[in-house]
Amino acid sequence: MSYLEYRVQSVSTGWRKILNLHWPLILVLMAISGIGFLMLFSVAGGSFTPWAQTQMERFALGIVLMFIIAMVPIWFWRNMSVLAFLFSLALLLFVEFYGDTRMGAQRWIDLGFMRLQPSEVAKIALVMVLASFYDAIPVRNISRPFWVAVPVVITLIPTFMVLRQPDLGTALLLLITGGTVMFAAGVHWAYFASVIAAGAGTVFAVFQSRGESWQLLQNYQYRRIDTFLDPASDPLGAGYHITQSKIALGSGGWTGRGFMQGTQTRLNFLPEKHTDFIFTTLAEEFGFLGGSALLLLYVLVIVFSLFAAMRMKDRYSSLLVIGISMTFFLFFAINMSMVMGMAPVVGVPLPLVSYGGSAMLVILSAFGLIQSAHVHRPRGNP
Amino acid sequence: MRRPEKEIETSFKKISRRGMLIGAGQVAFAGVLAGRMRYLQVEEADKYRLLAEENRINIRLIAPARGQIFDRDGTPIALNEPSYRIVIVPEDSDDIHATIARLSTLIELDADDLNRALIEIERSPPFLPITLADRVKWDAVAKVAANSLALPGVTPDVGLSRRYPTGASFAHVVGYVGPISDYDLERIEDPDQLLRIPRFQIGKVGIESKLEDTLRGKAGTKSVEVNAVGRVMRELERREGDSGADLQLTLDHKLQSYIRTRLGNESASVVVMDVENGDIRAIVSTPDFDPNLFVRGISVANYANLRDNDKRPLASKAVQDAYPPGSTFKMVAALAGLESGIVDPNETTYCPGYLEISDRKFTCWKKVGHGSMDLTDSLRESCDVYYYDLALKVGIENIADMARRLGLGEKHDVPMSAVSSGLTPTKEWKLIYRDAEWVIGDSANAAIGQGYVLASPLQLAVMTARLATGRAVSPRLIKRIDGEEQPSGAGEDMGIAPENLREIRRGMFAVSNHRKGTAYSSRIAAEDFRMAGKTGTAQVRSSIVNNAEVPWEQRDHALFVDFAPFDNPKYAIAVVVEHGGGGSSTAAPIARDVTLQALYDGTPPLDAYPEKDRFIIKERQDSIERQQNPLPVGDRGQA
Repeated sequence: MSYLEYRVQSVSTGWRKILNLHWPLILVLMAISGIGFLMLFSVAGGSFTPWAQTQMERFALGIVLMFIIAMVPIWFWRNMSVLAFLFSLALLLFVEFYGDTRMGAQRWIDLGFMRLQPSEVAKIALVMVLASFYDAIPVRNISRPFWVAVPVVITLIPTFMVLRQPDLGTALLLLITGGTVMFAAGVHWAYFASVIAAGAGTVFAVFQSRGESWQLLQNYQYRRIDTFLDPASDPLGAGYHITQSKIALGSGGWTGRGFMQGTQTRLNFLPEKHTDFIFTTLAEEFGFLGGSALLLLYVLVIVFSLFAAMRMKDRYSSLLVIGISMTFFLFFAINMSMVMGMAPVVGVPLPLVSYGGSAMLVILSAFGLIQSAHVHRPRGNP
Repeated sequence: MRRPEKEIETSFKKISRRGMLIGAGQVAFAGVLAGRMRYLQVEEADKYRLLAEENRINIRLIAPARGQIFDRDGTPIALNEPSYRIVIVPEDSDDIHATIARLSTLIELDADDLNRALIEIERSPPFLPITLADRVKWDAVAKVAANSLALPGVTPDVGLSRRYPTGASFAHVVGYVGPISDYDLERIEDPDQLLRIPRFQIGKVGIESKLEDTLRGKAGTKSVEVNAVGRVMRELERREGDSGADLQLTLDHKLQSYIRTRLGNESASVVVMDVENGDIRAIVSTPDFDPNLFVRGISVANYANLRDNDKRPLASKAVQDAYPPGSTFKMVAALAGLESGIVDPNETTYCPGYLEISDRKFTCWKKVGHGSMDLTDSLRESCDVYYYDLALKVGIENIADMARRLGLGEKHDVPMSAVSSGLTPTKEWKLIYRDAEWVIGDSANAAIGQGYVLASPLQLAVMTARLATGRAVSPRLIKRIDGEEQPSGAGEDMGIAPENLREIRRGMFAVSNHRKGTAYSSRIAAEDFRMAGKTGTAQVRSSIVNNAEVPWEQRDHALFVDFAPFDNPKYAIAVVVEHGGGGSSTAAPIARDVTLQALYDGTPPLDAYPEKDRFIIKERQDSIERQQNPLPVGDRGQA
């Protein structure tokens, strides 16, 4: 399945590649990261240490990585997809045995200069392998049961491994990401309808199992669900995050309390203020205007990506970009829902803003793939 | 393998369509997020802003410095002094128990304090300092500071606490402060916020208690910003309070201290009053106690010692105890007789040693009788029969009326605890409180200051001052509040005929200056400072026995009142020695020494005393000198 199968017109080469990068997308990503640096500077009490500077270094590394990946033709990455997926499974298997424990879950591999979170890698690798799968199979087979079962199994393997860590949030993200790629590829509606019905059944089972011998979730996960449903029930205990987070957001008002003037954040009423709850700092200090500006930037990322995907004329590229943008969307949508009290606290960072090297590098690498697909799409007449 | 173009075309359309659908879903969800953000940040903003402020701002009280108390010369009586505490910040200490164990090898730690501290450590957030030892000496502070490396989290801390540098001298007048109790708090209506501070020190007794509101001052406030665990991050606003008003008393610490020493082990009280303006120059009750013991919280054993002592060191006898005034009341009866016009001072009454009234024999203290007595003679020799007879003629109402005019039976307005109003009995009083008719014998007893009549030493001093001046002098204890002079107690003229007062004063002069006077042996030799006094002996039992033969607690109370100098009265003095025996033998010598000490404003020269007494007086003066200024014995350490 060489590139020549398609109606080849011309593909950017050499220096033209740089010209043909999706620059608006890059600028938006930089703007988002810039907001992140600003907020990390603020939560550290007006200091580049301990977070902002490290984050900037990682961003620089990530941007370089993005450019390198973007310069490599997308078909190379397509051919690497299965390998990448197997590599991510190997990493997940590795943390199963040697992982570093943080927050009661085995999630990290300490690389020395940063901690790698294999589940982040798995999200992108899953998108890659599914996109390459649909690229490989005949279009008419897409909705046939066997050909539906294969990607489902592919999705479930990393999902279960992540669930064992245990990391419910990421497991759900993997499921949704896999489903999104399958949906975009054209799998029949009926499959999704039945999965959604089964999902509802599972939720029911999850609640039924509580306190029984076959309890499906960990106690802390149940507690998080409880406090999500009624945060006021335990304002100083498990509901503390949500209550304080809402106070921080709400006290921001229209225009916020001013840069570095957020009392909730600065006085440590919010734990995890530099990671999962960093959005509350932005919302407290820059108000509704600041918060919605960031949201708008995120939407621009999605819109730019999806419009790019539609012009690609290459199933692998299109599905890859749709999958990656979905992963990105899930990051910020879940994080924001969480801090605004619309979702349970599941430990999903705000992409490019939350402090954390692993997510930053993985996201920028993923956008490297999008750029590669964008740069190497066929354009114009030969 | 080449795919059909058409199939590829359809596939792309599908991908695009579904991609659009996904994108639409994503943008729609972003819209929901924006809506939620708007709801929280715009519609609910006020509510959350308020919650955030409540989260972070804490109002704390700043305790004002308590007003200090000085004597009339500015000698400090009650001060605020830095007191050193040893505190531990649990979070700064790696192992609290090991640290405390090391500390206890360095300085002495009280087991009770330590247990309380350990409980507090359990309950408090780890950044709050917990007191391990309070009011430690400077060398303990130095030891802790020197060993700070071995004592992580342990630091000396300084605060203000009350100290009474004169020790026991003013214990009964000034009283003491102590930590507020729930009981105290319950009794106060609408209590000051300050009083809600745990262990806040308030006046418990005496001036400290009576003038609590003046001394306390007004609390300041500071708003502090606290973080999520309550640690103070910074101070936002500070409003200083007003420190309490300083008091200057009318008391003279030198005289006060002299009297204390002079009284020695007696259970006695002395009041020295300036007759010109009512200033109380000294008001002493013995035995006394060290008020400093109470500030921190007195130990059970120490308190039991004070409480169970027969001589009642805790009682402020000068104002709270009322005694039968005995013969010191005779001036009242005599003046009542003169003022009513019933008694002629020159008319004599014959004293055969007793008087029979309604079949009951009222004896004179001198069994063989005094013979013919006029008013002056009767005071000089303290003849009882003269006053039995006078009482029958004058009647209790006249006597009680005069007693009240002289300040007896009246609760004088001095800021001390449990001020007694004494008792000036009348016929109605007996009917109401004793449920019995007044009989003529009651009048006879009242006229010699026995029976129902009761007066506190303060009242006796006021009575004497009024006799000496003819004005309604009233006692004044507080000279200045915050530098502002308080109203004088000089009083208005009582409207008593001067010639009648002169008769009484002549009688009193004879008491201590006439060879036959009951206090002649305690006279003052110095011509300018001669005193006029009156002895009194208050019976504790009904039968007359020799005081030397009965146990201490059954002996009579010895009383003496005087004013001096006779020609130009300056001081009125009342002395009561509980179970002291006779007024002339026990109370009068004390009164003379105190009078001279007050008049000379220091140790009087020996020639103020009668010649034959000078040797004994000299010895006593030296002994008192030694007791007041003990020679330093080695290093006495820091008080």
